[in-house]
Amino acid sequence: MSSSTEHIEEPLIKGNPSFGKITSVISRISEKKAPRMWYVAISITSSLAALMFVSIGYLVWEGVGIWGLNNPVGWGWAIINFVFWVGIGHAGTLISAILFLLRQKWRTSINRFAEAMTLFAVMCALVFPGIHVGRIWIAYYMFPLPNQMDMWPNFRSPLLWDVFAVGTYFTVSLMFWYVGLIPDLATLRDRATTKLRKFVLGILAVGWHGGNRQWKHYELAYLILAGISTPLVLSVHSVVSTDFAVSIVPGWHTTIFPPYFVAGAIFSGFAMVMTLSIIVRKLFALEDYITLRHLERINKIMLLTGMMVGYAYSIEFFIAWYSGNIYEAFTFINRATGPYAWGYWIMITCNVVVPQMFWFKKLRNSIPVMFVISILINVGMWFERFVIVVSSLANDFLPAAWDYYSPTFWDISTFVGSFGLFLTLFLLFIRFAPIIAMSEVKGVLPEADPHHHAQDHDHKEPNDGH
Amino acid sequence: MAIEKPYGILARFQDPGTLLKAAESIRDAGYKNFDCHSPFPIHGMDQAMGLKRSPLGWIVGATAFCGGSAALGLQWWTHAIEYPIVISGKPFFSFQAFVLVTFAMAVLGGAVAATFGMLFLNRLPRYHNHLFFSKQFETTSDDCFFISIDANDKNFKDHQSKEFLESIGGYDVELIVES
Repeated sequence: MSSSTEHIEEPLIKGNPSFGKITSVISRISEKKAPRMWYVAISITSSLAALMFVSIGYLVWEGVGIWGLNNPVGWGWAIINFVFWVGIGHAGTLISAILFLLRQKWRTSINRFAEAMTLFAVMCALVFPGIHVGRIWIAYYMFPLPNQMDMWPNFRSPLLWDVFAVGTYFTVSLMFWYVGLIPDLATLRDRATTKLRKFVLGILAVGWHGGNRQWKHYELAYLILAGISTPLVLSVHSVVSTDFAVSIVPGWHTTIFPPYFVAGAIFSGFAMVMTLSIIVRKLFALEDYITLRHLERINKIMLLTGMMVGYAYSIEFFIAWYSGNIYEAFTFINRATGPYAWGYWIMITCNVVVPQMFWFKKLRNSIPVMFVISILINVGMWFERFVIVVSSLANDFLPAAWDYYSPTFWDISTFVGSFGLFLTLFLLFIRFAPIIAMSEVKGVLPEADPHHHAQDHDHKEPNDGH
Repeated sequence: MAIEKPYGILARFQDPGTLLKAAESIRDAGYKNFDCHSPFPIHGMDQAMGLKRSPLGWIVGATAFCGGSAALGLQWWTHAIEYPIVISGKPFFSFQAFVLVTFAMAVLGGAVAATFGMLFLNRLPRYHNHLFFSKQFETTSDDCFFISIDANDKNFKDHQSKEFLESIGGYDVELIVES
């Protein structure tokens, strides 16, 4: 992504705002009354979230039989949704950790809500394996807790690796997000006018005073968190993929799964970041902070990861033939031509064909185009998981054991409801927390460089990439 | 009005550049117990203030190592000692199968240490700080730059320190007293 310095780039933040302007624009979002649209939106999304909790309640009461699972297909929408939501979470950590280590300063405008998106997506993801275990009240068997039966979990199982990987991922993302929030919460605390706000924010900001003695430890903590989140985020979806790859089901038992899943996760996560940032910048008039330049870069990442996913699809097909294994070869031909071919071609269209539009600069810079494409990509990525999970299980080794899988009302209501939960949490976040990392955005302004005033005052110097 | 003993002194500076230069002057004048406040971290300020590198890396490294070792130990103890079951004819202890949980727990230990170690080294969390008695200090998280010298610094003397801060470009100099 490093850009050439031959041409003069426009600055990352448009309109050349002062430090104070940034503070007031971002803080005011959470200080003034919420727009009426916000109330409309949250009443819809929280109703959907309630639908999910009702569905879960009925599931606990009645058992997993209310879902469309049948004999060969024991993993249905719940696992698809789990992989889908975990994948979406990956972009947040990629933006906050990997782009931080790569000194990509453009991340500062979008990292805060991308990280929030990660947290909420992982929460939605954790719901599904949690409720899929059947007897939810003994879900704590997944943890190595001493018990009177002297039973211990099987640490050789990828399903248990998942518990540790996703649990760690959630905890680390939460701490990373909160550490990033501290200076901005201090800003909100210092601007607070009511006693209650001052008190609550005073506690949340943990006594931050912005002294360099604090920044010194803070910056190192942030760097370390970024450094250890980077291998973590790459490992999480790799572990998720081993849930499949370690089994011997045709179409799952492949070594390409870990990198293929990680690329897909980043792809879908960036698509979700795109969808949300277009809505947020429009809703709160943040076009100067989340500029077209930011969005164009997200599009380039989607183009890249989309092609990695496309490459994985084709190499899977090739290896299925090249392996000489008839079950493997059949599975892939069956995916493209069998009973779930419609899902396969939705996946190919949305994930491989549609992102190719981003080769054209004009389309890459058109907000309506990227909004539609970002949604199509997430549709396609959901179908990718559908194709992987369902087509392999429904038609495996013995034709006598095959069956066709279709979801029930409760599958659909739980999934739709999880969007409700995700969006409700996101709406609460954009209402109450600083949605753009103020201290970081101030830090990338040219004025923040202590040597800035020795130079000229027109902000023409390229201030991004090295 | 009785003269209270001040907690310290506070001076405002124009921009990051002057703050950095002022920090160098204060360091060279022999002050130890002072701090430079800014809305964002300023590159080169640690050197200007004469601060050593944060020891946080060692704390994180040690905790991550302990987390990983504990996880590996737990898996070994579970599968080789306490609850040995043959699964697919695999050995009771094989590090390959235990790498992921070990790694995850090392990362978790490191992240917890980074977060809480940072707070510990900063003596946080706390609700109040004597700097918060100053009204103008509220702008430091917005767009202003301050230097504070603590009253228990051995070079600290109300008037002398005030004149000194003004001589290096500080303005709005304020003694911090309880309000």
